[in-house]
Amino acid sequence: MSSSQLLAIQAKDLCVSLGGREVLHRMNLEVSAGQWTCVVGPNGAGKSTLLKALAGLISAQGQVHWLGVDVRQIERRERARQLSWLGQGEVAMLDLRVCDAVMLGRLPHQDWLAAPRAHDHAMVQAALEATQAWAWRDRTLGELSGGERQRVLLARAMAGNAALMLMDEPLANLDPPHQVDWLEQVHCLRAQGTTVVSVLHEIGMALHADRIVVMQSGRVVHAGAASDAQTHHAIELVFNERVRIVPLQGQWVVLPNMQGNRA
Amino acid sequence: MMRTATTWWAVVLLLLSALSLASSLGAGSQGWEWPWQMQAVGDAVQAQIMWDIRLPRSLGAWLAGALLGLSGAVAQGLFRNPLADPYLLGSASGASLGVSAYMGAWGGSLTATGLATRFGMTGAAFAGAVLAVLLTLILARGVHQTLRLLLAGVVVGVVLGAVTSLATLLHPEALLAMQGFLLGSTAFVGWSASATMALALLLCMVLALVMARVLDALALGESTARSLGMPLGTARVVLIAVLSLATGAAVAQTGLIAFVGLAAPHAVRSRVHITHAGLLFLSALMGGLLLLAADLLARSAVPAQELPVGVFTSVLGGVYLLWRMRVTHHGKHS
Repeated sequence: MSSSQLLAIQAKDLCVSLGGREVLHRMNLEVSAGQWTCVVGPNGAGKSTLLKALAGLISAQGQVHWLGVDVRQIERRERARQLSWLGQGEVAMLDLRVCDAVMLGRLPHQDWLAAPRAHDHAMVQAALEATQAWAWRDRTLGELSGGERQRVLLARAMAGNAALMLMDEPLANLDPPHQVDWLEQVHCLRAQGTTVVSVLHEIGMALHADRIVVMQSGRVVHAGAASDAQTHHAIELVFNERVRIVPLQGQWVVLPNMQGNRA
Repeated sequence: MMRTATTWWAVVLLLLSALSLASSLGAGSQGWEWPWQMQAVGDAVQAQIMWDIRLPRSLGAWLAGALLGLSGAVAQGLFRNPLADPYLLGSASGASLGVSAYMGAWGGSLTATGLATRFGMTGAAFAGAVLAVLLTLILARGVHQTLRLLLAGVVVGVVLGAVTSLATLLHPEALLAMQGFLLGSTAFVGWSASATMALALLLCMVLALVMARVLDALALGESTARSLGMPLGTARVVLIAVLSLATGAAVAQTGLIAFVGLAAPHAVRSRVHITHAGLLFLSALMGGLLLLAADLLARSAVPAQELPVGVFTSVLGGVYLLWRMRVTHHGKHS
């Protein structure tokens, strides 16, 4: 990475302990602005924990900087305006209506007791239209399927219009066509200058990112361009060579490798 | 559009409450009669019965129900659990322990009419409720695990209930008052008790509405709420205080009345899907209507006799929740 390139997120000596066990060990990571970075790795590698720590949602030792500023020095609401978070499996109350749920993404931009303004409504509509969920605006989250709900939650994250967007397994429950839609939305966000960091289990989708961070056992074992052969090799290694990355019609695809080592 | 729905439901609930209130003025020990048909006794006595006994009592029943409905809606939103209610988290048991401790120490009673005594009993109930909720939270190690939370609430409720019973046994002179109290009754509610509850309701409603957005954000999960810049720490403290004050204020005047706090928010949710600002408001109105209607039934179901309203709400609330469970189960699409 060239040193002149603006860093959207930078983690230095990041350590996180959960329940007395250290999950991330002195990690260093740099995420360039306006790029899509994907974090991949086997189960239990600490991907979600890393994402939460980068988002400032859990306490961590070490430093996290957003656009060069220490996160701890950014005021709570300003943080919310700068970074949008899409977690996995967090929704607790399913009788929230779709439009109300997406409007929550506008909270950082609204005064505490003020009603949403026309601009907020316009942003909500745009986000719901982008994820093709506008038709369900009056339904409740409980009336939607898992994949439909995921698209609404993506719209909620997009409605905040933040410069940084962190998503933890955003493809969960999405069928293949909607996974492709998601890919297009991420490209669209990137084109608008948004920095996207996502944790993905779908390696084939992750290979469409600009950069890939490969994790194992709470450490970054490799970070590099998604098209780089070394990156592919690192991915194959952390998955015990049970997958192979091969070129097909100008794209990289992931194939199962029956001859790989069992973990 | 949803604001219209909230307004519409508020009007309906208020109208029904007013109707129940008017009807309840005629519910006396001789069965039920319209106020203007009462002729047996002189005007002055009639007026006194109406203004000093029946009106504050009915108003008090509505206010206690509203407090319980509000505290139920706050509990369900804060703990992100549709089963949370003032009773399951132990706050009601804590409040009743607070009241019995107050009675033991300063000799107040449920029939006390002095505003100072009422405030004292409410304060004791509030302190007891706060302590019970904190104890539940400590035992459950936070709010993250629903099952732990509910189990801890049950344990705290049972233990504090046992301590209350023990305290009652040690002070036999308070036994009768405590009996009525534990069954839940609006029979002792006078103007001072109503005024205390009205004040508590106003305070709790304002604080809860200020925090309504945090409850909305929490519906999407704690991490999301935090990422949206919500002041979760402050909100938790304020909302637990609201929950405890609302429960405490109701319990100090009417004793233990079950299910209103659980059923009122459910009844609202089954009709309208709105954000917490509307939900908190309507749950209070619904709770008020439910308890007032239950009180009216308890007073007039058996002529010349009165059933404790707490027994009534327990039975009605239980049946209602079973019915909701059935409807939800059958209505669920796969």
